[in-house]
Amino acid sequence: MTDYWSMLFVFVLATFIGLGVIRRVSRLLYTPLMSLTNAISAIAVVGSLVVTGADYPKAIRILGAVALFASMTNIVSGFLITDRMLKMFKKK
Amino acid sequence: MTHAIGQFAAIAATALFILALYWMNDPKTARHAVVAGVSAMSIAILATWIQPEIVHHAWILLAIAAGFLVGVPLSRVPLTAVPQRTALSHAFGGLAAGLVGTAEYYLWLGEPEHFTTFRMGALVVEVILGFLTFTGSLMAAGKLQEVRWIPQRPVTYPGQNVVNLGVLGAAVVLGVLLVLRPTAAWAPTAFPVVIGLALLFGVLLIIPIGGADMPTVISILNSYAGLAAVAMGFVLDNMLLVTAGALDGSSGLILSIIMCRAMNRSFTNVLFGAFGTVKKALVTGEQKEWKQESSEGAAQLLEQARLVVVIPGYGMAVAQAQHKVRELYDQLTKRGIAVKFAIHPVAGRMPGHMNVLLAEADIPYSALVEMDDINPEMPQCDVAVVIGANDVVNPAARYAKDSPIYGMPIIDADKARTVLAIKRSKNPGFAGIDNELYVQDNTWMLFGDAKTVIGDLVKQFAGGGFH
Repeated sequence: MTDYWSMLFVFVLATFIGLGVIRRVSRLLYTPLMSLTNAISAIAVVGSLVVTGADYPKAIRILGAVALFASMTNIVSGFLITDRMLKMFKKK
Repeated sequence: MTHAIGQFAAIAATALFILALYWMNDPKTARHAVVAGVSAMSIAILATWIQPEIVHHAWILLAIAAGFLVGVPLSRVPLTAVPQRTALSHAFGGLAAGLVGTAEYYLWLGEPEHFTTFRMGALVVEVILGFLTFTGSLMAAGKLQEVRWIPQRPVTYPGQNVVNLGVLGAAVVLGVLLVLRPTAAWAPTAFPVVIGLALLFGVLLIIPIGGADMPTVISILNSYAGLAAVAMGFVLDNMLLVTAGALDGSSGLILSIIMCRAMNRSFTNVLFGAFGTVKKALVTGEQKEWKQESSEGAAQLLEQARLVVVIPGYGMAVAQAQHKVRELYDQLTKRGIAVKFAIHPVAGRMPGHMNVLLAEADIPYSALVEMDDINPEMPQCDVAVVIGANDVVNPAARYAKDSPIYGMPIIDADKARTVLAIKRSKNPGFAGIDNELYVQDNTWMLFGDAKTVIGDLVKQFAGGGFH
């Protein structure tokens, strides 16, 4: 098991990296930024996969499957719509 | 071996996610962000899938297929519906986190050695945040979509904040008890109660929120969905969930701060202030009359201008007028008239809403100017065209201390030599605030649906009236 102190450590560092990087995001792109981070936060897919696919009782795996469906929907629609919007930003 | 692959994949995916966000700093590189994001996500999914504990592959394939079936159509909604799609996806994110947390809890009841205080604490946070984000975002999506049985107007009642905080407080207290005694006889019954309270709190939180506050609320919910993923990472000992969730959480946080600043309000004020209802019409002594202008007259004004600044608002989105705006832009630029678009950070219903709509209509992003950059130019502007924007150009924000929008930075439309304001109806409008911009001596009103009004203007130019 990972030491939870190191998890908190990683969390704090990742938050600061996030703040640093997101502050530089072009204001033009806030809407696609939000759909992109939506897709990224669907990383919950990793947890859902384990709960759905491991050898757990059926009721547990049903909860996992619904979570997996929800995460997958976010991944697919999030990345597709981000790309669709970004394509529209043209300089001239 | 597969464990090492898993760890390496987590590191690679984290790096790619950070790169993806980095590439969003410029529209020129932004599409790389999607490639990086998709690669990172694929790596993460595959590396998890090949782990030896995964045995039920059919279930996974089925859930993934269902995700594609719903996700693809959701990505093709008209761009005017992007705010509600975004809210809906926050709901899905919250639901996934809440369900995984619930599954883990009941799983561990059979193997209580998993329950450490830290993990159980994270699990309770994950479940509360996940489920309140779920219902809160569904409500927000419903309001944005104007679903019939969800009240559009903010709903307030006496003692609302006490009720809301009471519900949240009860969930937290029960959650703390669960952390202390996760395997007590009452615990498996108390857990669903926490879920129920979180679901209820999500609904109650959004009921008093009006349309003008949606950009902030959507940003806050974005942040919650990220934090729920972080909590899931703590529960599952998964670093990738922690890093990706933290990136999403910080993005939502920054956007919320920017939105709040753009309205000169605090988080608590947005969430507990019930903005929409405290607004009341300001009585400003003498009641001035509007001056209405015909499309011929307005076109003449525009034709003689050298610099035209267009200020779009939610009204442009509702009327889907962006393509007509583009035609007007073409007609004006063809005549050598400089046209700029002034974008207020909270114009529309989500951060960046106006930019995306104008980009959809093929207006080059170099013509889109932020509030702080356009304001010094406004005195040189010959005609300011306000399209369905209201609060963001209301001069009362500068001085009227009793106005709910007092202190909010605005676009100085009133400083332009002439103002053309396109407005759906002659009523004071949804917010109920009088806007003195409309009755200024140099303001001319064009009443009607933005798409029709701008279409008529374009006809004036294209129809041969001007050469």
